Amino acid sequence: MRVTQGTFSYLPELTDDEIAKQVAYGLDQGWAVAVELTDDPHPRNVLWEMWELPMFDLLDPAGAVHEVNACRQAFPDHYIRVSLYDASYGRQTTALAFIVNRPSQEPGFRLERQEHADRQVRYTLHSHATDRPPGQRGGGGNGQP
Amino acid sequence: MIEHERDGQDRWDAGVMSYVKMGYYQADYEPKDTDILAAFRVTPQPGVPPEEAGAAVAGESSTATWTVVWTDRLTAHEHYQAKCYRVEAVPGSDTTYIAYIAYDIDLFEEGSIANLTSSIIGNVFGFKALVALRLEDLRIPLHYVKTFQGPPHGVVTEREYLNKYGRPLLGATTKPKLGLSARNYGRVVYEALRGGLDFTKDDENINSQPFMRWRDRYLFVMEGVHRAQAVTGEIKGHYLNVTAASMEDMYERAEFAKELGSVVVMIDLTVGFTAMTSMSRWCRDNGVLLHLHRAGHSTYTRQKSHGVNFRVLTKWCRLLGVDHIHAGTVVGKLEGDPGMVRGYYDTCRQGFTEANPAHGIYFDQDWGSMPGVMPVASGGIHAGQMHQLLDYLGEDTILQFGGGTIGHPMGVAAGATANRVALESMIKARNEGRDYLSEGGAILRDAAKRCAPLQAALDTWGDVTFDYTSTDTPDVVATPTS
Repeated sequence: MRVTQGTFSYLPELTDDEIAKQVAYGLDQGWAVAVELTDDPHPRNVLWEMWELPMFDLLDPAGAVHEVNACRQAFPDHYIRVSLYDASYGRQTTALAFIVNRPSQEPGFRLERQEHADRQVRYTLHSHATDRPPGQRGGGGNGQP
Repeated sequence: MIEHERDGQDRWDAGVMSYVKMGYYQADYEPKDTDILAAFRVTPQPGVPPEEAGAAVAGESSTATWTVVWTDRLTAHEHYQAKCYRVEAVPGSDTTYIAYIAYDIDLFEEGSIANLTSSIIGNVFGFKALVALRLEDLRIPLHYVKTFQGPPHGVVTEREYLNKYGRPLLGATTKPKLGLSARNYGRVVYEALRGGLDFTKDDENINSQPFMRWRDRYLFVMEGVHRAQAVTGEIKGHYLNVTAASMEDMYERAEFAKELGSVVVMIDLTVGFTAMTSMSRWCRDNGVLLHLHRAGHSTYTRQKSHGVNFRVLTKWCRLLGVDHIHAGTVVGKLEGDPGMVRGYYDTCRQGFTEANPAHGIYFDQDWGSMPGVMPVASGGIHAGQMHQLLDYLGEDTILQFGGGTIGHPMGVAAGATANRVALESMIKARNEGRDYLSEGGAILRDAAKRCAPLQAALDTWGDVTFDYTSTDTPDVVATPTS
C-alpha cells in the first residue's frame, strides 16, 4: 500500500531539487520549515517526532534539504515529512506538508470491526507498524523515536 | 401613501404620513460603529420618490406601521427607528436605487439570525409601494458578531483535524442522486474515497426515502469510509445528510452518524436558520464537522432586482456557524459571476473584508477572530479546469467533482485519482513559481503522461464549458490598471 497523506502523495517522489523549490515557496511566504519523522503513519497520529527544532530563520532552502538528508541517513526506513508552518495571525497552523521518505515496504493498516447489536459496527484502524515496540520495528537508525 | 398626507399635518397628528416626515430618512445621520448597516436595491413604484422608498424600507423593517401611532411617544422612538441615511441612483438605471439604512443594535436579539432576519427581511419585501427590493449587503458590527460563536470548527481546525494542508480538498456527490440502494451507494463512496477524494457527499434531496432509508445508508457508507481510510492511511469523510422533518429526527440521525465514526454531517438550508443554529451547537459539542448545502437559495438570491444577495446569506451562515457552505464555482454549470463569487469566498474566509464594488461588497466587515467557513465549489466542474479553479477560488476550498468523478470512463476510483493528480500537479507547479493559469493545459497534459485516468478525463471533458451570461453581476466593473 501507499500512505497518501501530504500534499503530493499522488505524484512521483519529489527530488531534492523539487523539495528545495517547495521550501523556497514557503520561505517566500514567511513560513518556518520543520522536518518530522515517524514509524507509525496512523492517520490520527499527528504528532510525528521532530527532527531538530523548526527552522524559523532559514534563508536558503538548501539548509532544509540538508536536514532532510541527515534525517534520511539516520532513519532510512521511516516516514519523513517536510512541514511549512504559517505563524501569521488568523492561521497559526501548518500551511503545506509533504512526505519525502517512506519505508521500502509500507506496512499499512488493518481495519478491525467490532460487531454490535442492530447491525452497528465499531471500526478501529490498526497500524501494522505498531505490532512491535519502538526500536524493534526495523527501519534502521538509533531506534529512537 | 404621500398623497394622503394633509397640509400642515403635525408629526403626531393621527393619520397617514410619509415615512420621510416620520423620521425614517435622515440625510445627516452619522451611522454609529455599533449600528447594523444595510444596503438595499430599491425599485420604487412610479411616482414614489427614492428617499421616500428608502424611508419606507427603514420604517417597515423597524418600528413603523402604515399610520401614525401615538404609542410611539411612550418610547425613545428616535433610538429604535431605523434611518435611511443615503440613497444613490444605480449607474445606468433610472428606476433603481441603493438605499443605505442604519439599525440600532438594540433592535436585535443577541446570537439570533432568526430575529435578525425577521426584522430586516420580515415584512418589507411585499410592500406595495415598491416594485422590487433586494438586500444587497449587511455590515454586522463587531459588537453583534461577538454574540455568535460562528463555525463549530472553521477552516484551520478542520485542516488540523483532517491532517490535510496546502491544497483544496476534494469531494464528490454520490450519483445518481436518487434511487441507489444503500449497498450500491456505499460502493460509490468507497471507490471515490480510495481513489483519492477526501470527501463524498449525500445530495440535498437524499434524506430517508423508500428506496434507501437513512439508517441503512449510514451503515453502508461508513463501511466504505473506514475501508478507504485503511487502504490510504488518510482521514476520509462522507457528508451524511441529517436533514429531516423535525429537530428530533435530525438529532437522532446525527447521533448515529457520530457513533459510526463519521467526521462530518450535513444539513440543507431548507431546514431554516434556527435548526441550522441548533445543529451548529450540536456539532461543536460533538466534534463533528458541519456541511451546509444551500438548497433552495436561488429562489431568492439569483435575480438582481428582488430578494437577498447570496453574500448576505453567507454572512448569516458564518455567524450562526457552519463549517462548509456551497458558494459557487465561476466555471461550472451554476450561476456565478467571477467578481461576485470572489466576494462570497472572501466573506466566508477573511478576518476583515474591505468594501469592494467590483466584488459586490458594500461595506467593510470585521469578523474579529471568528473562524472562516470552507467554501464549496460544486456543479459541473472537471479536472481540465483545475488551473482556473485554483486561480478563481484559492486554496481553502472544497472542489466537488460529482459527475467528473463518477462519470469517468475507467470507473469511480480512476475518476477520483484523475482529480487528485490534476490538483496536486497544479499546486506543485504553482509553488514552483510557474504561471500555472496560462500553462495550466500543459501542466495537466504532462501529468497525464504518468496518469492514464487523468488522460481519460481530459479526453472526455477537456473542452466542456458552461458559457452563459450571469444574471447577477456587480454594478461596477473593475477597470484593469495595467
